Amino acid sequence: MSETIIDARAIEKFYASPEGKPIQVIAPTDISIHAGEIVALLGPSGSGKSTLLRILTGLSKPSAGQVLWHGQPFAESRANVSIVFQSFALFPWLTVLENVEAALKAKGMSAVERRKRSLRILDVVGLDGFEQAYPKELSGGMKQRVGMARAIVVEPEVMFMDEAFSALDVLTAENLRSELLDLWQSKRIPTRAIFIVTHNIHEAVSLADRIIVLGKNPGKVRTDFRVTMPHPRDEKAFEFSALVDHIYKVLTRPQEPAPVAAPAEALVTPKSDGAPQYQMLPHARPGGIAGLLEILAEREGPYEMHTLADELAFEIDDLLPIVDAGAMLGFLTVSEGKVEITAEGRRFADADITARKEIFRDLALARITLIRQITRALASKSDKTLSDEFFHDILDEHFSEEEARHQLDTAVHWGRYAELFDYDAAGGKFYIPEETETRIENGAGVGT
Amino acid sequence: MTWLPPFPAVLGRSWRLVADFVVVACILAGFYCVATTARYWLGVATPVTRISLAPTALPAYAVYSLIRIAVAYFLSLILAIGYAYFAAHAPRLETFLIAVLDILQSIPVLSFLPGVMLTMIALFPTRQMGVELGAILLILTGQIWNMAFSFYSSLKSIPRELREAAIIYRYSPWQRFFELELPYGAIGLVWNSMVSVAGGWFFLMACEMFVLGKRDFRLPGLGSYLQTAASAGDTTAILWGIATMIGVVILIDQLVWRPLIAWSDKFKFETVESAPPPESPVLRLIRSSRALRMLRKRTLRPLGERLTKRFGRQPEGYSGQRTPGLWRWTLAALAAGAVPLVLYAAVRALLLLRGTTGGELLLILKGASATFFRVWAALLIGALWAVPAGVAIGSNPRLGRFAQPVAQILASVPATALFPVILLALIQLGGGLGAASILLMLLGTQWYILFNVIAGTMAIPSDLREAAGIFRFSRPDRWRIMLLPGIFPYLVTGLTTASGGAWNASIVAEYFSFKGRTLTTLGLGSQISSATDAGQFNVLLLCTIVMALVVVCINRLVWRPLYRLAETRYRLSG
Repeated sequence: MSETIIDARAIEKFYASPEGKPIQVIAPTDISIHAGEIVALLGPSGSGKSTLLRILTGLSKPSAGQVLWHGQPFAESRANVSIVFQSFALFPWLTVLENVEAALKAKGMSAVERRKRSLRILDVVGLDGFEQAYPKELSGGMKQRVGMARAIVVEPEVMFMDEAFSALDVLTAENLRSELLDLWQSKRIPTRAIFIVTHNIHEAVSLADRIIVLGKNPGKVRTDFRVTMPHPRDEKAFEFSALVDHIYKVLTRPQEPAPVAAPAEALVTPKSDGAPQYQMLPHARPGGIAGLLEILAEREGPYEMHTLADELAFEIDDLLPIVDAGAMLGFLTVSEGKVEITAEGRRFADADITARKEIFRDLALARITLIRQITRALASKSDKTLSDEFFHDILDEHFSEEEARHQLDTAVHWGRYAELFDYDAAGGKFYIPEETETRIENGAGVGT
Repeated sequence: MTWLPPFPAVLGRSWRLVADFVVVACILAGFYCVATTARYWLGVATPVTRISLAPTALPAYAVYSLIRIAVAYFLSLILAIGYAYFAAHAPRLETFLIAVLDILQSIPVLSFLPGVMLTMIALFPTRQMGVELGAILLILTGQIWNMAFSFYSSLKSIPRELREAAIIYRYSPWQRFFELELPYGAIGLVWNSMVSVAGGWFFLMACEMFVLGKRDFRLPGLGSYLQTAASAGDTTAILWGIATMIGVVILIDQLVWRPLIAWSDKFKFETVESAPPPESPVLRLIRSSRALRMLRKRTLRPLGERLTKRFGRQPEGYSGQRTPGLWRWTLAALAAGAVPLVLYAAVRALLLLRGTTGGELLLILKGASATFFRVWAALLIGALWAVPAGVAIGSNPRLGRFAQPVAQILASVPATALFPVILLALIQLGGGLGAASILLMLLGTQWYILFNVIAGTMAIPSDLREAAGIFRFSRPDRWRIMLLPGIFPYLVTGLTTASGGAWNASIVAEYFSFKGRTLTTLGLGSQISSATDAGQFNVLLLCTIVMALVVVCINRLVWRPLYRLAETRYRLSG
């Protein structure tokens, strides 16, 4: 094996919850980056991809474990890395040339040398003639070229790309990917390794020499394998789609015992071992779930997820939450990268809007802990109203602050669709609207 | 990129020459003004300056006032940037520093007048500079807070990836400040500078001429000219004074603010070009001056390069994650030194309050409620005319083109400059100061409401307007459903600023020395002013505390909840 540049050993990341109990976002993980390879890190949202990238670049410190740079602890050595950002992160008040030069200026290089190197790199990435333009005058693709030029000009050993192509349209992204590959293979850039964080499976398979797939909640490596297919890779080739299929299988394989639809007597589910096992709602809207079910209802038998993603032009970050939500509600089942609609799902897809809401309501109450908790807590109050702080406090014990907010947002969408409860954003209050109240009391099954 | 009209070649060449001449002339003129003022400042103190009412004296007075404003502004700019930078980069002190900022913002500036003046005169007993510095310090305390706040919130809202780019490319703190933080905050600073300088004029007009105990201080300037003219009832002089004031305001607008706004447009944080950029002929002049360009290339750029080399040493690890030990110890030592001093001063100040009688306190509370009602009356009247007018101007571009510049000029004439004149008119009409002071507050603060409403109306998306048209909303419905909710966030901003301004204005509005006699009405502002005149520091302190408390309470209890409502329910985006 070739020389190891970055070696992360048993790194973990925790966030402190308000109660001081740490919430794990990344479980102990080993990741190494070797000279001469393009590594792609794939994972659904919530798998801590970005956090991991920030730990590997030294932007953030791991809570446990350590990151070695050529065998030295990171803090003591001067890691030579650069990042191409998703939002480009260009300085709008500097011209293209000045943006690239600024990175060299920080190195203390003389003005003449700076100018010379920057112009050369701009030439390499195809920005000839744009030197004096301001970023806002450029298209997205051109902006990201500036981002790449800036990342290359400092001659990093490892260049990190944080979803660098995800803000671009499909054609531009494809174009930039192939140019990057070209630069890399022709050795016109001195970079020794490239680390790509992405949620686009095609991007990973078409670029990477090695693919690492992350699982979520907490993030951990599920698989780490080499891709030996020669470049240029043909997306139509059997090998290519077999690999895509394989990654879908890994992503949809259950990673822990399926969440038990606990009877939930207590408001807060007691946890067995202190590990965050609280059911996590996928960030999907009821409308998206309904749409997916309508599509699946027209098809017989198990359906390949990557074909589905292709048809819908979805990336895994778009598709996986919807599929997860459908599975959690019992509308569909997922196994080995295939989805299949259940009888419940079919019933839902065939029903009209009122009946759909009823089916959704019953299933959500029966299977979704958070929805059940909110509904019961509200029903137990005489004024049927509770501050969102109350639920934040419960969720804060299980999720990071940001995730807790996402969880509540999703619960609001689901609760509104199911007509179980509503949320007043200005007052920060959950409440049960009058007409809903009677229905719940008349036996929508609260507390059964 | 600024839009430049095509010039014929010959004209273009001579234009450049003209530009060079103009620039050089401006520099020379500026130098002369500063030199003359400096000579005057270093002259022997003349506590009772005779203010000449001859129109020929006006240019000199205008220059004196301008220099006071300029010095105060630059000092407060530097202090504001420093304060905000420190607050944003000292995580432990941040909450405390911002709370301090919030409270200092609410303290009526003019209450500081006696203290500041006496200190300064004590420091420079034989020089005119003492009084001058006192006036400058006062204006400064009124200007600094909103700029500091603006820069602080800019610093805090720098997008995460930009900050990370600065870290990963190893910007030194020096480079980070000049290439990321300062440019990012530039637009906010420019707009707040305009507000600050306008506020500066307001207070300068009031504090160029004041009585402190038995001493009567007069600084030669536009403010003292207008006050003297009003006292003398000299209408010609009043008109000359007002004309000069308006001229100065327009000149500053054209020569300073327009070019600055046009220039700062490049710091707009947008990834795509949206609205056409603002323009300024003066900026074009500066940009096309060859002399300036040469100067920049020869001096500024190499200097910047050197400074970056000198101070821009690369951080060893990643910066921003560790504070060097020495720095931290210095901070701790400073804090340890400051705490007892602050405590001592605070205790002494409170001891000062011991002498206050119950009657005085009762009077202060009465005054506070009187001023409270006056402020709200001024706000209400302001809103009653400014909301319909603002909506009309904002929704009718043709009217806006004509009305907005006029309103801008009217708004930038400091209300305090007009106080003596208006008072003169009102007294001749037989009105009392109680009603007049409401008018005076209104005069200073209605513009905040008007301009915010105009901006709010223009921000209502055209599809909403079209929808209102298609569904044939009746006039009340149009207001209830579209206009009022649409302008709500802007209206709240305008009213908040206006309310703060009105409280501050009460100090000059409720108490007025005029033709040798003092007009006064019951109110917190008049109590502050009369305590200042009589040198009753305990009353002054108590009044100041009460006013600060009232303003902070109103901010917390009224404006902040309204802001929150505006942000959640009445936000137009998404």
